[in-house]
Amino acid sequence: MESKVAYENDLNLKATELRLGLPGTDYSEEQALFSARNNKRPLPDTNEKCGSKGCTDAPHAGNETAPSTKTQIVGWPPIRSYRKNNLQPKKTEPEAAGIYVKVSMDGAPYLRKIDLRIYKGYPELLQALENMFKFTIGEYSEREGYKGSEYVPTYEDKDGDWMLVGDVPWDMFMSSCKRLRIMKGSEARGLGCGI
Amino acid sequence: MRKDRTGISQDDDRSPPADLRGAESSNKTRNCCGVGSVSGSTGPISMEFQAPCPDQVLENVLENVLQFLSSRRDRNAASLVCKSWWRVEALTRSDLYIGNCYSVSPRRAMSRFSRVQSVSIKGRPRFADFNLMPIDWGAHFTPWVTAMASAYPWLEKVYLKRMSVTDDDLALLAESFPSFKELVIVCCDGFSTSGLAIVASDCRQLKVLDLIESEVTDDDVDWIACFPESGATCLESLIFDCVECSINFDALESLVVRSPSLKKLRLNCNVSIGQLCRLIVRAPQLTHLGTGSYSSPDDAVPGEHASDLQSALSACKSLVCLSGFKEMLPDYLPAIYPVCANLTSLNFSYANIHSDQIISVIFHCHNLQVLWVLDSIRDEGLQAVASTCKDLRELRVFPLDARGDNEGPVSDVGLQAISEGCRKLRSILYFCQHMTNAAVIAMSRNCPDLEVFRLCIIALHSPDHVTGKPMDEGFGAIVMNCKKLTRLAVSGLLTDRAFGYIGKYGKLLRTLSVAFAGDSDMGLKYVLEGCPRLQKLEIRDSPFGDAALHSGLHHYYNMRFLWMSSCRLSPKGCQEIVRALPRLVVEVIKHDVAVCPDDTVDILYMYRSLEGPRDDAPKVVTILQ
Repeated sequence: MESKVAYENDLNLKATELRLGLPGTDYSEEQALFSARNNKRPLPDTNEKCGSKGCTDAPHAGNETAPSTKTQIVGWPPIRSYRKNNLQPKKTEPEAAGIYVKVSMDGAPYLRKIDLRIYKGYPELLQALENMFKFTIGEYSEREGYKGSEYVPTYEDKDGDWMLVGDVPWDMFMSSCKRLRIMKGSEARGLGCGI
Repeated sequence: MRKDRTGISQDDDRSPPADLRGAESSNKTRNCCGVGSVSGSTGPISMEFQAPCPDQVLENVLENVLQFLSSRRDRNAASLVCKSWWRVEALTRSDLYIGNCYSVSPRRAMSRFSRVQSVSIKGRPRFADFNLMPIDWGAHFTPWVTAMASAYPWLEKVYLKRMSVTDDDLALLAESFPSFKELVIVCCDGFSTSGLAIVASDCRQLKVLDLIESEVTDDDVDWIACFPESGATCLESLIFDCVECSINFDALESLVVRSPSLKKLRLNCNVSIGQLCRLIVRAPQLTHLGTGSYSSPDDAVPGEHASDLQSALSACKSLVCLSGFKEMLPDYLPAIYPVCANLTSLNFSYANIHSDQIISVIFHCHNLQVLWVLDSIRDEGLQAVASTCKDLRELRVFPLDARGDNEGPVSDVGLQAISEGCRKLRSILYFCQHMTNAAVIAMSRNCPDLEVFRLCIIALHSPDHVTGKPMDEGFGAIVMNCKKLTRLAVSGLLTDRAFGYIGKYGKLLRTLSVAFAGDSDMGLKYVLEGCPRLQKLEIRDSPFGDAALHSGLHHYYNMRFLWMSSCRLSPKGCQEIVRALPRLVVEVIKHDVAVCPDDTVDILYMYRSLEGPRDDAPKVVTILQ
């Protein structure tokens, strides 16, 4: 999909690009690659009426029902959505639908979950946390962290390390944050002193 | 034609429809006479019912004998002997099993079986789990619970699978059955924590509350706190790992303390390791434990609860089954080592950890019989399983990333290893990207006890990746060599030849799942003509058309259902089925993501029924008549 956007903004490279599809088919690159990779056996001449079968085989002219990638086939592979939803995603790219991370606070009985995508940056995030857990965070400074707060926001990154919220650029934080923990200030000593 | 024995016997009319009568019915009656007959008659008893001959003594004796029959297949057979046996069997049947909720109406079932204590009902077909069916298709529990409320006031157990259950249904259940003891809900939806709260508070005899892979809406109701607060509970099993709600831990801990009979406890994700420790310490008698998240976000030092957890687990001398691990922190993995030696069942299929971490656990699990894992275990991990778990009966390998790359983490290498190491294997479900015939053939030879073989090669139409040939020979070997095989799921590049093998050798096959396979109508014909025990046939995206459908006319009354989606059926072809078999309900369903033009059928779902077309079908369902 991103490649399509690029095409629209740039020169009309699409008209002159080399593709594996039949001329005249509006076929995404991934589809063509998928077909080629799988070495499809030739179709019988009496073409199947059913689109979803057709879409997994060699390019069909004007087959608007073909899925764009192998993931688009409904219900395949046959795994219950319960299982799909429950698997810990270890994807590196954030999902467009929202980055939900758990937030815990020392002393609170329940965890909360927030969508990092809603926030434009650190100030909004910290404000939201303050509202959610009814506490105040102090002023952040790169040198001294959250000096003077009773509570300090920290997060666990992809490497499993606990970091101080605010040290890295917001985008980097969004993609590397796995969960948040609002630590008691006494325990957080040492985190704010740089890595 | 042999009548099916797995569902309820056909109805009150003692004369079976003409096309079902046959020599085999007299065979059955002879057997039944041999089993329990008092009169000493050895000849076949006519199925046609003559004048009634009440013999109260005979019936009393029969009742005393038949009450010991527990197998429903035996009971179905016994009920076909004669009117007297039919009547007595109906009086003594305490477990009612409804394999398809639309095959019979609640009223009819309850008027025949009046003394039932346990009811099992299954609703949607399995392919509905994969979003192939509209959400509001049906399978409502409401008419059943409403009828049972008056018919079975002494009901103790309810088991539901793939049904839609509402909070009102649960409320009615809690209110209507004072002796109610066991509620098991699998793959259902439609209810919330409010419904659970009512069950918890009103079912005072509750021993079992098992919620498995169901969608439960979180109403923010603290249902755990709704269990009676004082005195011991009868709870033996509490499974709620699928319920995504926050947990009042104090209430849960108090409940566990008050439940001395609790043997099975499966927690949801919102229980941390520290809390888990506290619970286990209170319940060392547990045999089945679901650990919830198995994570500890509050750790100042990762793994700081590890030794507490380890000693708590070690105190559980009876622990045989472990599951959960949904957000596993690898630091806590070693805590389970001490209990591994006793484990017979381990479900790691939500634990996304590295292969060597899994292997380190596996090496302790010498007695494992059931293992569910993710394919992140890799072939090396499966080799470890093969060398350690000599007693393995059931293996399930699920894909972590359903899309997958060209090289999956598990392959024919892993399957081969398992076949060589786990000779007692009975059931396997294996997801992979590619496979070879050689590995499948090896399994067919090494594991003669296989009853369930489900291989899902995710890459569509994938041939043997070494030889380039179709996977026909592999699956052929499975049906040929595994003489006990009752369930088969096929995938990969398959020609009609594979189905020829299935039809020729799959004589005990009851369930067959087919996806993206076959060349022509012959494939389906081979199966329908060759597999006399076939009960459940589910097919998707395969080139089978009307002619193939017609070749099964002789058999459809013996089946629980046939599902065919995205095949080559026409409305006309399906209409002819209705004409030929009036007791079949033929549903044609248009799915939202319909890709087929109007002259083909998106989804055909057909099943035998005593009731004719149902009246609760949504608009997308057309019942052909």
